[in-house]
Amino acid sequence: MTYRNRIQTSVELIGAYILAGFWILPLLYAFWAAFHSSSDALHFDIFSPLTLDNFREAWSQAPFARFSLNTFLLVSFILPGQLLISTLAAYAFVRFKFTGANVAFALVLVQLMITPEILIVQNYVTLSKLSLVDTISGMGLPYIASAFCIFLLRQAFKSIPKELEDAAELEGCGTMSILWKVYVPLATPTYIAFSLVSVSHHWNNFLWPLIISNSVETRPLTVGLGIFAAPESGVEWSILSAATLMSVAPLLIAFLIFQKQFVQSFMQAGIK
Amino acid sequence: MKDSTRNIQGWLLFTPAAILLLAFTHYPTVTTFFQSLYTNKSILRPRRFSGVEAYESMFSDPIFWKVFVNNMWLALGTIPTSIGIAILMALIVNKAIPGRGFLRMAYFTPTMLPMIAVANIWLFFYAPEIGLIDKVLEIFGFEGNNWLGNPSTVLPSIIVMTVWKEAGLFMVFYLAGLQTISPELEEAAKLEGSSRWNYFWRIQFPLLLPTTLFVLINAFLNSFKLVDHLFVLTKGGPDNASNLILYYIYETAFSFLDISYASALTIFLLALLALTALAQFFFLDRRTHYR
Repeated sequence: MTYRNRIQTSVELIGAYILAGFWILPLLYAFWAAFHSSSDALHFDIFSPLTLDNFREAWSQAPFARFSLNTFLLVSFILPGQLLISTLAAYAFVRFKFTGANVAFALVLVQLMITPEILIVQNYVTLSKLSLVDTISGMGLPYIASAFCIFLLRQAFKSIPKELEDAAELEGCGTMSILWKVYVPLATPTYIAFSLVSVSHHWNNFLWPLIISNSVETRPLTVGLGIFAAPESGVEWSILSAATLMSVAPLLIAFLIFQKQFVQSFMQAGIK
Repeated sequence: MKDSTRNIQGWLLFTPAAILLLAFTHYPTVTTFFQSLYTNKSILRPRRFSGVEAYESMFSDPIFWKVFVNNMWLALGTIPTSIGIAILMALIVNKAIPGRGFLRMAYFTPTMLPMIAVANIWLFFYAPEIGLIDKVLEIFGFEGNNWLGNPSTVLPSIIVMTVWKEAGLFMVFYLAGLQTISPELEEAAKLEGSSRWNYFWRIQFPLLLPTTLFVLINAFLNSFKLVDHLFVLTKGGPDNASNLILYYIYETAFSFLDISYASALTIFLLALLALTALAQFFFLDRRTHYR
């Protein structure tokens, strides 16, 4: 029995690593190709010389530094906006139970279903009326009110014991300082989970930024990379690999370092 | 707190979110619907009320049916496979095996990549003749194929890529589900001499059913919302063989500038997603009654 068990365990282990191989090899291959010339990469010449030419070439063909800055600006506009606006709204729902709160919450939840991705046509019309086309703020604006964030924070706030709030009130805390000193600190895990999920999502978002940007000054990394990679531009495979690596590197490195937190955040955000 | 202060403060706190939600969710939904009932405005003709004409032409548009059926095939091709692989991954990573951290990282990494980058990487595998798949086939003496240029292989190729991208995300949800299953159940099953296979089908799989429903519905929604890869891989071609509803909406609105028809397509997509989401509420409600 033990002998059979041991064989079974090793077969499972091998299977687990083969599966991991399938999942990681495409990436490793892109990584390897980025450091080799296109012809070497196409012939799988494993011992061919390493080169940084592809990165230099990609860097000079498209302004990746500018694209990175734009992505960074976009994410740093969206995330604080989402956190601020959702905190206020969630606080209103949990502590103030105002008249019409249930209807208002139902209207918030509508956005879980009808996400901004689908309303691209009319949102483009709205933003052109506000003359915010081709601006980073226009790119971020439809995402600032996030039903998902309001929902998660409302759940977190609801679990905070009423006694803490009463104690803070006795100490003379006002409405805003109760929010700031009691609610926000106790919901920190939710803030972290939502932030990681939101940053990953908006770092990688493509369709809406593509529609709303039409200059180098606003294009984020995904859009820059998408245009760089479009079939009609005919870039060499190794240069494309290098460009792809440069675009995903910041988020991927952050993920590799804080792997546990990322996985946990996606888990938490998913099950609530 | 007085009722009036409570109301005033509550509404004030909610107002910023309310304005943005109204402006970018509710208002555009309503205007999309009205747009679909009117013809396009042009220099020659003002727009006029056309009723359900746009919907009539949608239902008689062969491309609409094509992209809708494509979307359904995509969902059918990706969802069961990625759920199966995700459960397998979660079972592997949930156990104390050597290199667990590495395995979890390997499975989850594709989830962190933008779809555009994924498409760039896979573009090379699918390239005719020089691509990795054709090279491997050549070694074994098989004929190559233009995977993305051939109408009968383009959708399956995209399905394989999507499974690769999404399985890791679903694994995380199953991992969360597995962690709620009490370890005593496994001990009990072992004492009873139940096989692992039996334990999975009789205990774990039924207890993971709520997770499966959640994943099922989210995967279905995702298959309609994610079209980024088409911009790099195929542009919906060849001959719309890989085109999807949202990409068709994008083309109709921003390339053909037919806002009226794009609005009708959007309303169709919204109705489809709304029905799915309602199904989710219905099922999740049932789940709570069970407990």
